[in-house]
Amino acid sequence: MAQIVWFENYQPADAAVLGGKNSSLGTLFRAGLPVPPGFAVAADCYRKALADGGLSSKLDALVAAVDPRDPASVAATGQLARTLIGSLEPPADLAGAIQNAYAQLCGRCGDQVPVAVRSSATCEDSPDASFAGEHDTYLWVRGGDEVVRHVLRCWASLFTDRGIAYRLERGYGGTSAAMSVGVQQMVTPRAAGVAFTLNPTNGDRSQIAIDASWGFGEAVVSGEVTPDNYLVDKVMGTITKRTISAKTLEYRLADTDAVTAVPVDAERQSVPCLTDEEITGVAKLARRAEKHYRCPQDVEWALAGSPGGAPEVLLLQSRPETVWSRRPRQQGGTGIADPITSMVQTMLHPVTSGGHAAHG
Amino acid sequence: MADRFPSPFEMPTPPGAEGWQDLYAYSTVFSEDRREYEDATFWFMDGVHTPEVIPPWDATILEFAIIGLSQYNTRHYVIPPALGVDLRFLNGYMYLSPVGVSDPEEIGARVPEFAERAGYYFQNWDRLYAAWMPKVRALISELEEITFDSLPHREDMAVITEGRGTGSALDLLSTYSRLVDLTLKLWHYHFEFLNLGYAAYLDFFGFCKQIFPSIPDQAIAKMVAGIQVDLFQPDDEVKKLAQLAVELGLADRFAGSEPAAEVFAGLQGDPQGDKWLAAWEQASQPWFNFSAGSGFYHSDKVWLENPDIPLGFLRTYIAKVQRGETLERPMQAVIAERDRIVDEYTDLIDDDEDRATFGAKLGLARTVFPYVENHNFYVEHWGHSVIWRKMRDLGRVLVAADFIADPDDIFLLSRHEVPEVLFDLYHGWAVGVPSRGPKYWPREMARRNGIMNALRNWSAPPALGTPPEVITEPFTVMLWGVTSDSVKQWLGGAQDDGGLTGFAASPGVAEGPARVILSADGIADLEEGEILVAPLTAPSWAPVFGKIAATVTDVGGIMSHAAIVCREYGLPAVTGTAFGTKTIKTGQRLRVDGNAGTVTIID
Repeated sequence: MAQIVWFENYQPADAAVLGGKNSSLGTLFRAGLPVPPGFAVAADCYRKALADGGLSSKLDALVAAVDPRDPASVAATGQLARTLIGSLEPPADLAGAIQNAYAQLCGRCGDQVPVAVRSSATCEDSPDASFAGEHDTYLWVRGGDEVVRHVLRCWASLFTDRGIAYRLERGYGGTSAAMSVGVQQMVTPRAAGVAFTLNPTNGDRSQIAIDASWGFGEAVVSGEVTPDNYLVDKVMGTITKRTISAKTLEYRLADTDAVTAVPVDAERQSVPCLTDEEITGVAKLARRAEKHYRCPQDVEWALAGSPGGAPEVLLLQSRPETVWSRRPRQQGGTGIADPITSMVQTMLHPVTSGGHAAHG
Repeated sequence: MADRFPSPFEMPTPPGAEGWQDLYAYSTVFSEDRREYEDATFWFMDGVHTPEVIPPWDATILEFAIIGLSQYNTRHYVIPPALGVDLRFLNGYMYLSPVGVSDPEEIGARVPEFAERAGYYFQNWDRLYAAWMPKVRALISELEEITFDSLPHREDMAVITEGRGTGSALDLLSTYSRLVDLTLKLWHYHFEFLNLGYAAYLDFFGFCKQIFPSIPDQAIAKMVAGIQVDLFQPDDEVKKLAQLAVELGLADRFAGSEPAAEVFAGLQGDPQGDKWLAAWEQASQPWFNFSAGSGFYHSDKVWLENPDIPLGFLRTYIAKVQRGETLERPMQAVIAERDRIVDEYTDLIDDDEDRATFGAKLGLARTVFPYVENHNFYVEHWGHSVIWRKMRDLGRVLVAADFIADPDDIFLLSRHEVPEVLFDLYHGWAVGVPSRGPKYWPREMARRNGIMNALRNWSAPPALGTPPEVITEPFTVMLWGVTSDSVKQWLGGAQDDGGLTGFAASPGVAEGPARVILSADGIADLEEGEILVAPLTAPSWAPVFGKIAATVTDVGGIMSHAAIVCREYGLPAVTGTAFGTKTIKTGQRLRVDGNAGTVTIID
């Protein structure tokens, strides 16, 4: 069993032990997309450590006793489970392997490279479960010991209250879930956000919708800020709509070497956080991810590089868009093949131009 | 915000323009006789074709154009939700009102007729369109053959010996009548295909907007646009002549700024020069029957009679050739780009049925679109150029008879007055006494010129009367760019921040200093990198698009002539801003966003 899998060595067969998020990063990395380098700690390590520490059956029993409709019961179980995992001593061989991998990453990216340590849950019952937002991610972690410590914190976060509730709700058995952890280089972004490879307001597949705000993408992902919103036509590459919002808050690297939320200066709040070139860059990246997966994607991105320089857009995550992709095709309207009938319908229900509709 | 525009009956006559109504047909002015209907109706000013005051004879062509459009909607193809377009002149400006069919039952009853009639044209499009071109060319030849001569002192002896039994004045009268009839026929031909062409285009447009609600308008236009368009041929001919001038070693002959007559005289007699002049001559027929304006004014300058205009463009192109730049439009790249756009949108359609429908509708739109793109050269440019020329010839007959001082004064007569004037001439000639004209018309022309000048200074409101809740007439939306939104905008005036919105007519974003140009005469002032701000742009301005950064117009939709040319030349354009020339001052810095359809005044 491989404990550590570098993104560049990822194989589809690894998916079961790396979880959705790490598999996706490995896939995108291997597809040549600009994903920051890193490695994954396989979920088997989690299982082995729990078994070695005698926790497996204890945790199963705990979870089996939870009443999913009683938040207090979920919370108490979660608290206990996390404490148990938190008190584990990491197996020496695993700690060594992680530290060794981190040292290699430092060799590639620089000494004491800051990394994001991300949860990537797996579930034997449901390999496609998304677990979006159920588990924890730690930003700006430095040093081998710290990385090992945060891998354990990710393990513990398998038992967040919401994680437990999510699994019970879906009927995933206690031990079928396990935790893989991703360790990935972090850069300080000028701006970051998300992008959908369709227009989320109307399902238009020809558009890419971008939400962007200052600093780390957490402000956008968490919904703590109203981001700038851009719409880009995939085919023409034109920016078809832009809405600039007052971005009151950003996640920045503080003097304490930690990422924290701070207020944005008044004069910067309503400044567009992306140039046209950067908007196009983000759209192109999202389009590449979509083309790779051959279905609409929901991506997280960050803008690295210095202001004025060539935009360097990094892909942090890509997963299938679920809302519009699952909706059945709309019927009716003017989509009538017979030209005469269709022309009459068009005349009876005239379509106004995009330019005017956007500003009307 | 007001909910209606001023009533046409509230519009005062500009001082000095009293009596203007008598210069237009009695049926085309607002009157108490139809006040109830006229007051309850929505009228918009046709700034696309006629941004300026319309001389009385010029109104002929406008009446013919609008009646042609109307009869095809109403009587030929039975467009289900639309009848014709009503027309009025107010203070010398043209106001239009599309007439819809509102009763759903009546619309339903019209559908089978439309299906049968329009369906026939769509099914037989290639054959019918193939017949159109020779038909319109034959008509223009007939116009070209018209001659107007002064009445002879004596009828020719042949009239006697051949026993003809008729005289020259009858020819004069009937030739004028034929010119008017051919003009009407030209406009019948104009609309034989146009309404159907737009209907098919709008159908594809509507389908694209349904499957891709946010698709940019110009993406749809690009998928349909033709590659070889006759409207661009005049410009292409000038490019060829520039290339030839360089090849023949004549470039320096064009280096100065002498007028065309002088340059051409200098080339004569020189073997290379004669060769070039022969090429110019050949290109000019028919391609320099090309108007620098919309073609709807007799005063629009036609290249053939104003060779200084194409010469100016020629000089720009010669300079480009000398700098080693290529003049040819990159056809292969344009075709490849068009294919890419179609393929990528097609790929984005998940549903097989939708993909097939998309392909079929695109196919029909492409079948009909060459007509939409090409007819303009044959009718508004070539046909009109000949009509104005022949009318001037008739003007010369009246000048020779001392009725008027300038051949162009004939355009101050309405088309119904011309036979009366000719009859006065005829009477004097036949009886052998003075006609009344030489005393009457110089005085009357002075009065009419005064009226025209007073009308020219009037600022015509964009619309009159009560707007409908929604604008449904397809031409109003496509060609005039009048939508429910633009009506709302007109009612609200310009935006508070001085920004303007319009149609995203051609993609791209540009910044630069504004140059406000109110008529074709001003285009020579345009400098490199400036943003052209005009009531509308004429296709014949094409060569200036090589130096400007973007275009903003007051009127016109995404299919206005301006939009088509801007897309061809890859310039950002925002059309139909309503207030562009009123809001923007020459020299102000603008940001024109042709993707969003917005214009911002930066300072």
